Amino acid sequence: MLTIKNLHARVEEKEILRGIDLQVNPGEVHAIMGPNGSGKSTLAGVLAGRDSYEVTDGTVTFNGADLLDLGPEERAREGVFLAFQYPVEIPGVNNTYFLKAALNAIRKHRGEDELDAMEFLKLVRQKLKILHIDQSLLNRPVNEGFSGGEKKRNEIFQMAVLDPKLAILDETDSGLDIDALKSVADGVNALRTPDRAVVVVTHYQRLLNYIVPDFVHVLAKGRIIKSGGKELALELEERGYDWLLEGAEPVGAR
Amino acid sequence: MTQTLETTGNYAEDFEALDAVRAVVAPKWLTSLRRRSIAAFTEAGLPTRRHEEWRYTPIPRVVETPFKLAGYGVSATPHLHDVIDYTFGDLKAHQLVFIDGKFAPTLSTILPLPSGVRIGSLAELLQEDPLAVEGKLGGIAEVDGLAFPALNTAFFHDGAYVLLPKNAVVDEPIHILYLSSGGAEAAVTYPRTLVVAGESSQAMVVESFAGSSGELYFTNAVTEFYIAANANIEHNKLTREGAQAQHIATTQIDIERSATFTSHNITLGGLLVRNNFNAHLGGEGIVCTLNGLYMGRDKQLVDNHTFIDHAQPHCESHEIYKGILDGQSRGVFNGKIMVRPDAQKTDAKQTNKTLLLSKEATIDTKPQLEIFADDVRCTHGATVGQSDEEAIFYLRTRGIGEADARSLMVYAFAADIVNRITIEPVRRRLDEALFTEGALQGIAR
Repeated sequence: MLTIKNLHARVEEKEILRGIDLQVNPGEVHAIMGPNGSGKSTLAGVLAGRDSYEVTDGTVTFNGADLLDLGPEERAREGVFLAFQYPVEIPGVNNTYFLKAALNAIRKHRGEDELDAMEFLKLVRQKLKILHIDQSLLNRPVNEGFSGGEKKRNEIFQMAVLDPKLAILDETDSGLDIDALKSVADGVNALRTPDRAVVVVTHYQRLLNYIVPDFVHVLAKGRIIKSGGKELALELEERGYDWLLEGAEPVGAR
Repeated sequence: MTQTLETTGNYAEDFEALDAVRAVVAPKWLTSLRRRSIAAFTEAGLPTRRHEEWRYTPIPRVVETPFKLAGYGVSATPHLHDVIDYTFGDLKAHQLVFIDGKFAPTLSTILPLPSGVRIGSLAELLQEDPLAVEGKLGGIAEVDGLAFPALNTAFFHDGAYVLLPKNAVVDEPIHILYLSSGGAEAAVTYPRTLVVAGESSQAMVVESFAGSSGELYFTNAVTEFYIAANANIEHNKLTREGAQAQHIATTQIDIERSATFTSHNITLGGLLVRNNFNAHLGGEGIVCTLNGLYMGRDKQLVDNHTFIDHAQPHCESHEIYKGILDGQSRGVFNGKIMVRPDAQKTDAKQTNKTLLLSKEATIDTKPQLEIFADDVRCTHGATVGQSDEEAIFYLRTRGIGEADARSLMVYAFAADIVNRITIEPVRRRLDEALFTEGALQGIAR
């Protein structure tokens, strides 16, 4: 589904990603872990199409298409969803209006009929029920005045409505208390299907107790330095990152 | 001196001719008020950019055009379809319509009113019962040194009055529509509104100033609000004048103890729009809110001057003015807040935010706080900027195209003010107008 080959990216003059290779197949859950400044959020941003990053080398294909050639909205319409680390507050834009516009843009792209207000509301109510989210969320402006937990749950709710093929969760667990974390994880688990892949970017192993990954990758200094199964996360929790970082400097690196 | 001749136009001569006819029937106090006003105008002259209050707002078309009084010649019979665009669909409201400065009874509706409440045409009231407004009409709108209120007071012919006795509650909004039809000859109207809200009374007043004509015309309006103790008044001013129109207006508000006054001043149309909102907080425990939204495009100039005068302790004032400027349009915001020595425990908050959609659009924003009490909280802030790029990226990652994301952000910026209006059909109509007349024109919804 998603194939990343030798991906290099920089912000202004600083090279952040220095040759990422990653293969994600439908139904899989991948966790990308790493210390601060390892390039985790940059990778998430590059995949979503954030234009402050410049890709200098490598390729990213998504279901056969060159992902890097698409604008953020085109990626979303192809089925890529990014749950933001810091969801943006948009005063004055009603959550329902916003989501309906987004869903209909995606449906139009897929050649499906746009949903009218009634059909949309029915769909949305069904998703709220699955995620155990209060309906009052619908009538509020997007993320405005939301608590940290509410913002993250709103991201998962949007993901449920937009029904992406690939969901990238960028530090969705950061700053959440255990109840909010469980509720976000339950939401993600409820949306796991054999067709949907999930990439969980996280700093803390704790989230992976609730969203159990198939693969764990350690990102450091812009490269994946180790990959393994879910047990790798536990090992990282026990031993930290330092044992991996020694000698992690790739050959030929400056 | 030629200077004087240039800056007072033909107003004095026009006044002489009119006064000779009017003084025969008008009550003495009104004649003397008008004469005092024309004298004040002659003394002051039309302002130039040397006047501090007009520094950023050149008004050559107002100064140079020999405007003719509208509404005194043969006027076409007004039709409902002329005003329908400026009314509010299914809104159940009292509605007073003035076409070119004259009351149009066939287009107006006054629903059954609570006992003692009086609403209607000032021209009629001044003929039938002038005592009802003596001392109030012209009582707070200053004319000394102020050319435009002076001219309005000297010349006004008609307008609306709303008189609310103690404890009166009017449930339905009161909509006052001043419509200019324009014409080949540049016309001037002097709409005059008087609202006297008795103790503990409550009402919602909507003033609309509109014109569909693309011709040059001039609206010089004055509105006076007397808000007695514990009264609660919501005021919405909607300015949707024609493309060449010049609109200069003063709204004078006198507020007494524990009263609440809330105003939303929305400007969408007019080549030049200048608003002066002056609120005097003359008792304790007052809550005064002055909000505004201005949308400019092409070569429009929108100037909002507000003055909130805290004279007594324990009052709150809230002020948010937001603007969206496109094309070569210009905005001016001057927000003065005075906290007098007695006004301890004042809580005053002022914000001005402007979104500039083009490189040529400009805003001059000036907060002016004069604080003479020591135990007060006064904050002000002004921001000028472009759309929030992070928010636009967020919208795009959800599948919304860039152009739609941008227009949604602009809409949201404006909706923040529009959504504060409590009358739902007014809000809805404004929503539509934002897309057809304001800076959002041409942007797909």
